[in-house]
Amino acid sequence: MTKFLDIQNINAAYGDIQTLWDVSLHVSEGEIVGLIGPNGAGKTTLMRLIAGLHKPTSGFVQLADTPLHTLPAYEIVEHGVILVPEGRRLFGGMTVLENLELGAYSSRAREERFKTMKRVFELFPILSERQKQHANTMSGGQQQMLAIGRGIMGLPRLLMLDEPSLGLAPLIVENIFEILKLMNDQGVTIFLVEQNARKALELADRAYILEQGRVVGTGLGRELLHNDEVRQAYLGFAPAAGK
Amino acid sequence: MSIESFLQTLVFGIFVGGIYGIAAMGLALVFGVLKIMNIAHGELLMLGGYVSFWLFTTWGMDPFVSILITIPALFLIGLLLDRVVYRHVVTLQGEEKIKNSMLVSFGLTLVIQNLAQWGFTADERAIQVAYTGTGLSLAGITLPYTRLGSFAVAIVVTLLLHVFLRRTYYGKAILATAEDWESAELVGINIRRVYMMTFALGASLAAIAGTFVTITYGISPSIGIIWTLKALVVVVLAGTGSIVGAFPAGILLGIVEAVSGAFIGSTYREVIGLVIFVLVLILRPQGLFARK
Repeated sequence: MTKFLDIQNINAAYGDIQTLWDVSLHVSEGEIVGLIGPNGAGKTTLMRLIAGLHKPTSGFVQLADTPLHTLPAYEIVEHGVILVPEGRRLFGGMTVLENLELGAYSSRAREERFKTMKRVFELFPILSERQKQHANTMSGGQQQMLAIGRGIMGLPRLLMLDEPSLGLAPLIVENIFEILKLMNDQGVTIFLVEQNARKALELADRAYILEQGRVVGTGLGRELLHNDEVRQAYLGFAPAAGK
Repeated sequence: MSIESFLQTLVFGIFVGGIYGIAAMGLALVFGVLKIMNIAHGELLMLGGYVSFWLFTTWGMDPFVSILITIPALFLIGLLLDRVVYRHVVTLQGEEKIKNSMLVSFGLTLVIQNLAQWGFTADERAIQVAYTGTGLSLAGITLPYTRLGSFAVAIVVTLLLHVFLRRTYYGKAILATAEDWESAELVGINIRRVYMMTFALGASLAAIAGTFVTITYGISPSIGIIWTLKALVVVVLAGTGSIVGAFPAGILLGIVEAVSGAFIGSTYREVIGLVIFVLVLILRPQGLFARK
């Protein structure tokens, strides 16, 4: 399978503190890839780095044949790499409609925006009902739907989501993951950071494990679900007897 | 005090408040979007006043006509200042950004003020158009044409700014950047460009206010800091998240100053404004017109 997003030997730091050490991974076109690991492992840093909000100290990020790590964030969006950031980060004082409109700000997505918005409303009917409501007055689940909707408005080729299930009720998480699966079936490649490792591994074709800024494991999603170390560390199983 | 003279005071307060409002909107816009405190805002106002003055003295252009030149002139100066000076400040974060912006813009204040003194001399200049001193008389109240015209322009400009920010795609991108610049980048907004254009827009608003000041009072190279402070008081009154709200807040300050000046004595005009400034900071730090 050809590499779509290709990350090679990335090192990154916040001030004096190195947060990513020689991270290499890839995502192929059409895949769902998960990234799991404990808090502070560098998952969010890696996502922000791919999106261009943070620059690596060395290494490179490439999408198909385009190097991304040299581009500013707004140009990375033009290549169809869209990040739905941790904590949703909506434009709270604006309406649902305005948030969605702005999601299509890139010149690539702008002309299609009315068509895309129809699609977002089909995926999330609640957003259609609440068009005039201010984003900061909505519930957490609705805000996450709007955040993903805003991401879809940018016509993603690669949709990256940072902790989409954080703080949400199980039913809504279920709903959101179904929509991610649907998006993937329609050809969108997905790269997902999740603290809900079980959900992520169930959905993902493949996954990487990041610990203390290093990739310490990788495998098929369903394999990792049954891997003893992963089960102990991330899925809440007690160590097997005799180990 | 007779009812006429009270109404006269009130009307003049509203007119002066319109100038405060326009001056403050520029400062509020730059503060709200770039998150920097531009101490040199009053200097931009002063430069705008001089452009208007020289266009009048050299070619006899009416200031209400030449404003169509003054605005783009200061827009260009704004672009230039952003490229040369402010773009190095806007990339900083948090406290460092606000502190450095104040230091840098204070330095710029001195530079512009001295350049103006060297170029234009320290004399006070004012525009005396043919209709200066004439006006409408309405139920015993005088409405000078210059002030009436300034106020009308101020209202049109405020409405245009409101529509631009709330209704156009680019305006919404500016507000989005003000709310969360990282999210703005993530939807494809070039925030450096937004910063540059917003700063230039702020300078254009200063140009409009400067024109009014030249018509109403007169200008000299040293007036800048007074207007920066005045604008700052209004921005705090309105609430630092509010941009267009600075206009009604400006009018409010104008009225309060005029009325208190009439009753307590004009020596205390400035004091009243500053007392309100402190009271608002203590009692309602989010401002009078904050949306959240």
